[in-house]
Amino acid sequence: MAERSIRVDKGWSWRSFFLQWEWLLVLIFIVVNIVNSTLSPYYLTADTFLSTPQTFLDQAFLVLPMTMVIILGMIDISVASTAALSAVIMAVSFHAGLPMPLAALLCLAVATVCGLINGILITRFKELSAVIVTLATMIIYRGIAYVILTDQASGDFPSWYAALGWGSVGGVPIILVAFAACAVIFGLLLHSTSFGRRVFAIGNNLTASRYSGVKTDAVIVTVFVLTGLMAGFTSLFLTSRMGSTRPNVAQGYELSVIAMVVLGGVSTAGGKGRIGGPLLAIFIIGFLNYGLGLVNIQAQSLLIIVGLLLILSVLVLNVRFRNRHQRSVPAAAKMVAGEGQPNEDRNP
Amino acid sequence: MKRTATASESFRELGLLVFIVIICVAVQLRNPAFLTLSNIGDLLTNTAILSILSVGMMMVILTRGIDLSVGATIALAGMVSALTVNSFRAISPLVSVLEGMAVGTVAGVLIGILIARFNVLPIIATLGFMNVLRGLTYVVSKGAWVSAYQMSDGFKGIATGGVAGISTPIIIAVVINLAFFYFINHMKTGRQIYAVGSNPEAADISGIPRRRIILLVYTIQGALAGLGGVIWVAKFASAQSDTAMGFELSVIAATVLGGVSIAGGSGKVSGLILGTILFGILNNALPLINVSPFWQQAIQGVVILAAVLVNVMVKRNSQRFALRRRAI
Amino acid sequence: MAERILELTHITKTFPGVRALDDVHFDLIPGEIHALIGENGAGKSTLIKVITGVYQPDAGEITIDGRAVQIHGPSDSQRLGIAAIYQHVTCYPDLSVTENIFIGHEKIHSLTRKIDWRDLHERAGELLGQLDADFDPRATMGSLSVAQQQIVEIAKALSANARIIIMDEPTAPLTARESEDLYRITEGLRDKGVSIIFISHRMEDMYRLASRVTVFRDSRYVGTWRLDEITREQVITHMVGREITQFFPKRKVTIGEEIFRVEGLSRTGYFKDVSFSVRRGEILAMTGLIGAGRTEVCEAIYGVTRADSGRVFLEGEELHIGSPAQAIQKGIGYLPEDRLRQGLVLDWDLAKNVTLPTLETFATMGWLHPVRERAVTKELAEKLQVRAGSVFDLASTLSGGNQQKIIVAKLLAGKMKVIILDEPTKGVDVGAKTAIFSIMNDLAEAGYGIIMISSEMPEVLGMSDRIVVMRDGRVAATMDTAGSSQEKILRAAMPEGVTA
Repeated sequence: MAERSIRVDKGWSWRSFFLQWEWLLVLIFIVVNIVNSTLSPYYLTADTFLSTPQTFLDQAFLVLPMTMVIILGMIDISVASTAALSAVIMAVSFHAGLPMPLAALLCLAVATVCGLINGILITRFKELSAVIVTLATMIIYRGIAYVILTDQASGDFPSWYAALGWGSVGGVPIILVAFAACAVIFGLLLHSTSFGRRVFAIGNNLTASRYSGVKTDAVIVTVFVLTGLMAGFTSLFLTSRMGSTRPNVAQGYELSVIAMVVLGGVSTAGGKGRIGGPLLAIFIIGFLNYGLGLVNIQAQSLLIIVGLLLILSVLVLNVRFRNRHQRSVPAAAKMVAGEGQPNEDRNP
Repeated sequence: MKRTATASESFRELGLLVFIVIICVAVQLRNPAFLTLSNIGDLLTNTAILSILSVGMMMVILTRGIDLSVGATIALAGMVSALTVNSFRAISPLVSVLEGMAVGTVAGVLIGILIARFNVLPIIATLGFMNVLRGLTYVVSKGAWVSAYQMSDGFKGIATGGVAGISTPIIIAVVINLAFFYFINHMKTGRQIYAVGSNPEAADISGIPRRRIILLVYTIQGALAGLGGVIWVAKFASAQSDTAMGFELSVIAATVLGGVSIAGGSGKVSGLILGTILFGILNNALPLINVSPFWQQAIQGVVILAAVLVNVMVKRNSQRFALRRRAI
Repeated sequence: MAERILELTHITKTFPGVRALDDVHFDLIPGEIHALIGENGAGKSTLIKVITGVYQPDAGEITIDGRAVQIHGPSDSQRLGIAAIYQHVTCYPDLSVTENIFIGHEKIHSLTRKIDWRDLHERAGELLGQLDADFDPRATMGSLSVAQQQIVEIAKALSANARIIIMDEPTAPLTARESEDLYRITEGLRDKGVSIIFISHRMEDMYRLASRVTVFRDSRYVGTWRLDEITREQVITHMVGREITQFFPKRKVTIGEEIFRVEGLSRTGYFKDVSFSVRRGEILAMTGLIGAGRTEVCEAIYGVTRADSGRVFLEGEELHIGSPAQAIQKGIGYLPEDRLRQGLVLDWDLAKNVTLPTLETFATMGWLHPVRERAVTKELAEKLQVRAGSVFDLASTLSGGNQQKIIVAKLLAGKMKVIILDEPTKGVDVGAKTAIFSIMNDLAEAGYGIIMISSEMPEVLGMSDRIVVMRDGRVAATMDTAGSSQEKILRAAMPEGVTA
């Protein structure tokens, strides 16, 4: 048999370049900003773009690890409760005499442990889906927050701590700097390292990953630990911005975070997605919210919009990836009905 | 093997029953007001809504789904019917009930279409709808409450009335549970719900209308949530935007506590009823023995987690047992 | 021409980019068992799906009892009296046997819409009785063995008054004794006038049961013959389309010292006290009936599961392997049986697939070097003669044999010492088989210790140096290939009291 040469380059096509989901998001982002600027003559200033993110970036920290969780083919709905619990413990320990820097570290530690518990439960009890595990811990974590602080608020933090949420370095808000740093780290971790590759592998085919020597449990636990850690960051910045905390803070964050990830084009079937989409989605929803504020639409309406955005983007993605999704159930039916996979029939 | 499977199932129901008895005895010792006729009546009335919704949730979970939108559906249906009563005081309670159920049904159908027709994951679809419906509740009420004086006595009677000392919600819950028992065990469509959850691929091959069954269970769940919403608002004589916030979690907790498997395809009505009652007792008894209400959520969470973990353990044990019997 | 209960003429079915059926014919005489054979991808399964209404043909005609019919879905085919029993049993594990039989056509009380359970259980009992099955129709399906579940599937077909029953590789998961029962049941059905389409890879099945055989090759119809008119060799020639010479190109390799040894490996419920060893350059075949525990032993060695007791040595050093990751690190590679589910990430390109087991060697401090990944993939894929255009091709676009080569490439990308191949030629075409054997020879020459799990006797005898025969979770015999024969292996593999 003649030696065949296998190419190692990828063809470039403008068509596939522009057919990427992210371009649609860029378009939406531009439209949102055009609408906003017609609503307020003062909108289009550098200041708007620097200060507005201060109001919505706290939950954005969660979008980064949630992207990984969803690429794993899982979901974590306990993130908001984790943020609430760690915030409450930080406040209580601060008032019990712990110095603020240590209290902040404790906040991160508590959140990380919450994530670790999720990860351990999910990997030890494989019969249970991540949905049900994190549903239970979501209730437990927030429940513990209520047990600790009942329905009180706790605040009076040192003034330097408030600077975390509102301050800026060289005109750029601290939160924006911190978020940008985290985003870069997560982006590289997901797309340029062996760890990220393994996350994608698990999301695509957990069994094959395991047979190929991927330490699947370790990867899954790590992702959930990172999710916990980022919930800690959310908690730090949120509490700083609000000036105080209560057991019911961050309520509903899990929804908007998941909505941003899904709007960002990450497939809920797992294994597919890029960090750029969710990053764009953060700013789309953030500025959309800001625009609604400009026309005095009540905050609750945002619930409807976020909910609809989530549903619509899943719908559009499902229709776009129709073949892939249809393979998931009816084609599984074909798998049962015949040989291994639909493409088996196509062997040359 | 058959014997072990059945044994572990009845073991679970027996366990629930024993647990119920232990809790009742323990609480009774601490507070003699617990096992009085009036408190039991209260307890059951309060559990009625939970029971109605856990019936719907059982069907959803049997098909391998989950519904996080029930709390929001309750709020919207309750709010819409309360607003109508506020505007037209003369309308019959029955119309209010039907109105609430209609609102819930519409929500259920939409969710069902997303899941059945467009393959949206149940968690995503219902999470989205949870917020859409909750937002709609704010919008239709403009953030205001509908209070007791704005409701007609007939409307409030939906929850406070009764026959022979048994309150209407209890009667409704019992009727629904009986109907459900008959439907799920003795009717074709009911068995097909189990089939779809037990093996969706096989259901497709053997011509069971899988998508229609899934649409059906979310529709029923929506209708039941609508009914529950009207009863809820009538019972508390107030409709608010944050009515029943988080109630879906109690419903899921009661359902998994009753032994309905999250993996789909298995669960019994008798277990469901026991699970719901146990959950109702926990809710009722904790305040009676001076447990702060702030503990309630944490306890709920632990109960859910413990219930699903015990389920897994029992299953693993019976598998290990089966392996031993197969030993070489 | 005899009357035909089912006749398909000029059936064509295309999928985007592939012609799965190209102008094929098939016909079925009432009361016959008709074998349908062909290599994987020959179009058998597509034909079945056309008959059962899962697919609609693009062209061609289906007639039943001489009348043209349109079959739009599974319910249509059921109504026409067609039932299919699939390779992987399609049951509802949580439901009772009775429900599994009658689901979809339960008898319902006209007024109360109630299912008459007592009547159903009784009828289920009768149906099972007809099939000489003695289990309780109230038992849950999940508690039955695969063979019992198959009987339930047959009972289900009978309950629907099926006149045409399609059996798709029914004997594949069965033991010899269970296959024998199935043969008897199948013949019983035929004697009752049911027409049966029997799909199987096993020549034994075909000659034991069928009166006629239809051969498909490359999505085309080759022909139909009476089995008393055609020899095995001719059937194989028709399947393959060419004469096959030197099918097993086993090369002589100098066998070195012992490299790998297993002592007294046991896992409750799966296998017990398994011991064997492999030497450098040696191909050790592990054979036995399906369900004898071969795959389970190898999965325990590879760390997918854990053995309860026993020891494993590599180059004299005792190993304690708890996961595939550790096995790979120590130099044990495994090519799993189910390549689509266990072997490949189908939506990934070749390079990502090839480097997955040894990802750290393509990274510094976790930072990946994609260029190096592609270069190594290109090198390995060319060496193994993978038919692909680019390392960016998706694994799902390759044929079965080429997919198998990619999995071998995954092993070769690392520093393996022992390679376990679990049914390496399962479901690949004849040409690819030869290529895989040739690769095995190369590996043996390179000094790897090779363990090959295989159910195919000719392959075991043709390729191995030594043979371990397993039976019911134990090593029944270990023999040199040189002095062994098919009869000797089968005698060791069969349960006591049953002769092959």
